[in-house]
Amino acid sequence: MNYIQIKNLSKRYFDVNALENINIKISKGSLFGLLGPNGAGKTTLLKILATLISPDDGKVEINEIDLVKKPRQIRELIGYVAQEISLDKILTGRELLDFQADLYHIPKTKKLQRIQDLIIKLDMEDWIDRKCGTYSGGMKRRIDLAAGLLHLPKVLILDEPTVGLDIESRNIIWDLLKNLKDDGMTIILSSHYLNEIDYLADTVVIINDGKVIDQGNPNYLKSKLGGERISLKVREFSSPEESEKVKEILNKIDGIRQIVINSAQGYSLNFIAEKEKDFLTKLKVELAFSKFEIFSLTQSQPSLDDVYLQATGKTLQDAEIFMAGKRDLKKESKQSMR
Amino acid sequence: MELKQFNFLFLYQETFALTKRLFIQLKRRPSTLVAGILQPIIWLFLFGALFSNAPKDFLPGVDSYGNFLGAGLIVFTAFSGALNSGLPLMFDREFGFLNRLLVAPLTSRLSIVLSSFLYITILSFIQSIAIMFISYLLGYGFPEFFGLGIVFATLILLVLFVTSISLCLAFILPGHIELIALIFVVNLPLLFASTALAPISFMPAWLGWIASFNPLTFAIEPIRVSYTSSINLDFIALHAPYGDLTCRNCISLLFILTISSLIVINPLLNKKLN
Repeated sequence: MNYIQIKNLSKRYFDVNALENINIKISKGSLFGLLGPNGAGKTTLLKILATLISPDDGKVEINEIDLVKKPRQIRELIGYVAQEISLDKILTGRELLDFQADLYHIPKTKKLQRIQDLIIKLDMEDWIDRKCGTYSGGMKRRIDLAAGLLHLPKVLILDEPTVGLDIESRNIIWDLLKNLKDDGMTIILSSHYLNEIDYLADTVVIINDGKVIDQGNPNYLKSKLGGERISLKVREFSSPEESEKVKEILNKIDGIRQIVINSAQGYSLNFIAEKEKDFLTKLKVELAFSKFEIFSLTQSQPSLDDVYLQATGKTLQDAEIFMAGKRDLKKESKQSMR
Repeated sequence: MELKQFNFLFLYQETFALTKRLFIQLKRRPSTLVAGILQPIIWLFLFGALFSNAPKDFLPGVDSYGNFLGAGLIVFTAFSGALNSGLPLMFDREFGFLNRLLVAPLTSRLSIVLSSFLYITILSFIQSIAIMFISYLLGYGFPEFFGLGIVFATLILLVLFVTSISLCLAFILPGHIELIALIFVVNLPLLFASTALAPISFMPAWLGWIASFNPLTFAIEPIRVSYTSSINLDFIALHAPYGDLTCRNCISLLFILTISSLIVINPLLNKKLN
């Protein structure tokens, strides 16, 4: 059953298409991953789902309720944990949770118990009565997550919840998300950490430049690539020109496809090779004919990064670097202010 | 899941929570409250001393300059507090805390505005009572029961009027630097162009005209006459260049200004909060 349906969703910021014709269906009780580099449009999509910004076009329904027409009903259903942790540093963690509970009209009789349950679940007993201004990044994220869960939402929306966290906090959050999913909560999680999405998500959407470039079960997406993932180097650090020459050679070899030059790894060549027993011999002969030698050759199982690489021609890391240079964070911050 | 409709209990719960947050902030950082009480008292001492030898006919209807100044300082303190009321909202906007409120299923987002009104009104009352008490200790008298009613009614109207403008600015201006700059520009000129420090009869004609249209004057004069034992609403409070205004006239004008400002800012608040 599709609990959340996003149809032809678009959003523009002045001359930039933040989201373009997005179509996504999310099943009830699933953990849905949004993968993409910074600036891909993940936060915009999540802010629309959280009713913080309105789409320009398209339709979003959660539990068959139209998000644009009935935003208050949607707010009853969702818990939102934003990318930027915004706590009132003067309040203690407990006071913040109490404040949040009142905003969600939780009766006094239930409020204290729920706060206490979350304090225990997220291991916050030792510091919950300290002011939020004294918290570390991990503590802030945990209290923020607790605030998003207080009213027992049907859908939990998390925007990059583990960025910059220590391992302990990250593990606590991962375990909690798994438990919440097992309890039937629908979770939407954006991340640019491949291992996080791979570990947690039932379904993943890969988003780039505001467009969905692929979606499905992570294992399915990886297996769809087929063959064996090979990373080849003819030198520790090749030049782009040299890699282009090697790419031309590889193009001539039968059974090799989807060759991509990976600038993030010293201009290595990543490709998929069909499983043939004499493949390595053929490769060596062809390279030797053009006076190249194999410096290193690694075989691996496909990862989500390979899925991203095949779809965009860039690794996620490359895309991050590219987007970091392209983004105007000051302008984005102003746009995000109400 | 049962979906909630508008509910006064919920409005109370969320408004109470938002106001409580502002008071916790005040309790842990009381400098605003302390400065808001200290500043007018310092003014009362210094300005009171500066003009203590002013000729009797300089001050209509009062015995001493300290007596005259008290009303101006009460209004100025409430005005400054209300003018600054947009700052917490601006900081919430800048630091993303406002999003926490906007994602919540508030029964009415009016509670965000209402909590600011409540906070500033209570703060102004505390500061005004402190100023009135100090004035009393200095021998400048204390309003009687009806007079106190006029003081608080006038302050509520002024605070509503100025807070609505400040909240509006907190949504329009790009950041807190611009809001603080604007407060600096507006604050003292409005004080000097009112009857807080000197009566209209003492001012040059042009300034008298400005002062007689200044909303601060409409708040100052009823409070000033509230110290008179024979106070009633038809008491002449202001000798304006365009004619005499009674206490009732001043409060009515302030009421009209307040309602007008609420009507004017309503579409903007709706747009920003919905």
